[in-house]
Amino acid sequence: MNAPHLTRRDFTVGLGGIALAFSLAPIAMTQQPPRLPGSLETNRLLSAWLAINADGTATVLTGKVELGQGILTALSQIAAEELDLPLARVTIVSGDTGRTPNEGQTAGSLSVEASGTALRFAGAEVRAILLELAAKKFGVAVDGLKVTDGTITAPDGRRVSYGELASEADLKREATGKVAPKPVAQHRLVGQSSPRVDLPAKVTGGGAFVQDLRLPGMLHGRVARPPQYGAQLETFDEAKVRAMPGVVTVLRDGSFLAVAAEREEQAIKAVEALSASAKWKAGPALPDPARLYEQLKALPTQDTVISNKDGPLLASGAKVVEATYRRPYQAHAALGPSCAMAQMRDGQLTVWTHSQGVYPLRGTIARALGMKPPSIRCIHMEGAGCYGHNGADDVAFDAALLARASNGRPVRVQWTRAEEFMWEPYGPAMTMQARGAVADGRIVDWNYDVWSQAHNMRPGDPDGINLLSSWYLADAKPPGPARQAAAPNFAGDRNAIPTYDLPRQRITHHLIKDNPLRTSALRTLGAYANVFAVESFMDELAAAAGVDPISFRLAHVTDPRERAVIEAVAKAANWKPGEKGNGVRGRGIGYSRYKTIAAYTAVIVEVEVDRATGKISVPRAWSATDAGLIISPDGLINQIEGGIIQSASWTLHEHVRFDRNGITSRDWASYPIMTMPDVPKIENVLLNRPNDRPLGAGEASQGPAVAAIANAFAAATGRRLRELPFDPARVKAALA
Amino acid sequence: MAINVKVNGATRSVNAEPDAPLLYVLRNDLELNGAKYGCGVSQCGACTVLIDGVATRSCVTPLSRVGQSEVTTLEGLGTLAKLHPLQQAFIDEQAAQCGYCTNGMIMAAKALLDRNPRPTEAQVRAGLADHLCRCGSHNRIVRAVLRAAQTNGRI
Repeated sequence: MNAPHLTRRDFTVGLGGIALAFSLAPIAMTQQPPRLPGSLETNRLLSAWLAINADGTATVLTGKVELGQGILTALSQIAAEELDLPLARVTIVSGDTGRTPNEGQTAGSLSVEASGTALRFAGAEVRAILLELAAKKFGVAVDGLKVTDGTITAPDGRRVSYGELASEADLKREATGKVAPKPVAQHRLVGQSSPRVDLPAKVTGGGAFVQDLRLPGMLHGRVARPPQYGAQLETFDEAKVRAMPGVVTVLRDGSFLAVAAEREEQAIKAVEALSASAKWKAGPALPDPARLYEQLKALPTQDTVISNKDGPLLASGAKVVEATYRRPYQAHAALGPSCAMAQMRDGQLTVWTHSQGVYPLRGTIARALGMKPPSIRCIHMEGAGCYGHNGADDVAFDAALLARASNGRPVRVQWTRAEEFMWEPYGPAMTMQARGAVADGRIVDWNYDVWSQAHNMRPGDPDGINLLSSWYLADAKPPGPARQAAAPNFAGDRNAIPTYDLPRQRITHHLIKDNPLRTSALRTLGAYANVFAVESFMDELAAAAGVDPISFRLAHVTDPRERAVIEAVAKAANWKPGEKGNGVRGRGIGYSRYKTIAAYTAVIVEVEVDRATGKISVPRAWSATDAGLIISPDGLINQIEGGIIQSASWTLHEHVRFDRNGITSRDWASYPIMTMPDVPKIENVLLNRPNDRPLGAGEASQGPAVAAIANAFAAATGRRLRELPFDPARVKAALA
Repeated sequence: MAINVKVNGATRSVNAEPDAPLLYVLRNDLELNGAKYGCGVSQCGACTVLIDGVATRSCVTPLSRVGQSEVTTLEGLGTLAKLHPLQQAFIDEQAAQCGYCTNGMIMAAKALLDRNPRPTEAQVRAGLADHLCRCGSHNRIVRAVLRAAQTNGRI
């Protein structure tokens, strides 16, 4: 395999130790330091990002982590590009509080912008340092030197390799950010579809996931969860479980009840016995699902007007349109339930985790357990694709609790499928209410209100412990409060402000402070629901104005890049202005610029409606994306196409089922998703902008895809679906 | 108790109860990473192995039911140095995002191609209908299976 290897596959090498040379020491600063690009701003030493090794390889350090989005391949490409090294001689280390920079969470389609930019500038500067060393050695000017594959050649033919200069290169210095990265015209690796560095192991059964980690003396842990949120443990039969084969640890702390055993199947039997014997005092009732949205809107909210533009009053001839859209609770539903390993030895806790943020997790575990952060090391290893904040952090804390009670033995905790479905934080149920007006083919007024629970309840909150089991301990520490997020990323209000040029607009976010069902970050946060509502409403206004939906959008855009992606998708799909559906087939468009600052994506889909069964099929989709400078075209297409398919699944199938007594979505039968025969065929167009900075694209297609499906259904049938998911019952009701 | 099981051409002795799910024996006793825990109730396909050539969900297969049958896991198809055409095709098509479903997809595709070496696209989709992918890599997976069918030396 001609691919750089991920050091994390070498599971047994050097993972146990805590004391590693720490290259991230804060720098004493007496004056305002210069602003550095990307995450260099917060991790300023070159040695925090790159090491040149004596064997001529480079080690890249990043605080961002692989979630299946291919980020480590993209970051390796960027670093290798600037260093003038082949990809095979670059090794990447990611998300380790003992080694890598602190880059917070891997979220929000920010990794290429934050970590990639840091590596781009750090790589250019390290290359310049190596060239200076070579120039001095040869007594020639830097200008005359050439670099090929990590070997520097002088004009007279003398050569020196990076490896030979490694010991002289002092990278423990602050980056200046002043060495210009390569011009795009010289790129060899960036812009190429480099094969993913992690796939060879994944197709051959190599150790690729935290689930595959095995440590000597490892125990298997399981948690006996309460029957519903907030239930309190009264009694359980400890003696019986302790006597079961292989059981080593039975841990009860308040209402947290868990077991660790020698063998995995023994742990499963033990936790079943624990659950069977446990008596619980019921927790509070959940909302009535039949009246969910009314009940949520009645809860206390924090209201923020996030955009207000006063314009001329409505002309008398304006047509007013009003609509309300709804999105249910939806699950991340990672294919592999969350898993973690932890070991507590000599007061030092090591946690192997697929968390999206090892530093915030470390800090929160430290506060939850009354430890100091330096006594804890959190090391990222891949889990199944997570699409946001699922059970990853929670299971890491479960493993830490069991490890603390297991005499130095490592404990691997594997959540069950049901546990993941019932206890992960969901994407919130949301209500979007729009009122607008059109006159003479243009929008003259736009009012928009969105109600949502919090979308960011991750570990790292200063005022609470956002770890599930912490809320059930005897010394329970509650979660942090719901918080209004700042522009331009926002949260429940992400993409609530349309990018269209509107003369009057008022957009209000109603943040629901309460958490009747547990929620947090699901891919795109509120953007999926807001783009669904905004782009459905655009079509409703276009219809009121009697204008083709694409022409209507183009009449309201001012950014030429927006215009370009909308026109590109229309061309790819061979869109006919004014095209009409035929009662069962139709096409629709959805567009957004993700977060209003990241990638531009437009999607057209074709739907087919079975009027008898109420089933909507999406046989085809087309997309167009402008993500600025493209690092890996195939990686970008993979994200855009995957986002469309996942969004189609959310849109047609997905909602978390519950009743007053608890969550009833517990497996793939009670939370069905789209399957292979129903997946659309997709054509993707990429608009490369090599001279513009890369724009986050990992979440860019989700919103446009749901809107395109909603608009295609309306085009096909003349009826509109405003409540997700578009399942057969809703479709039949809409057609009745 | 010690039980013999034939995996990837070798007979291995494991110290497990007869009702232990094959999945845990493969993963924990034999340290084979290919088969994955996904649901534990035969719904997602991540744990798929071949038993006497038949695609089987190892999460619901107790060791006692394996008997003298031949178990083949992802590791038994090919290695990094000598990839099976399906493994090569999954790399060529970059047919994954997170790769957690990949084992099940490849093993089910192996059984499918053994039965039907030249499937149509619709047959591949139908053949993988009960294997879940959450990242949206479906179309790439279908292309990889069709590519493997073409390069398998059978056409």
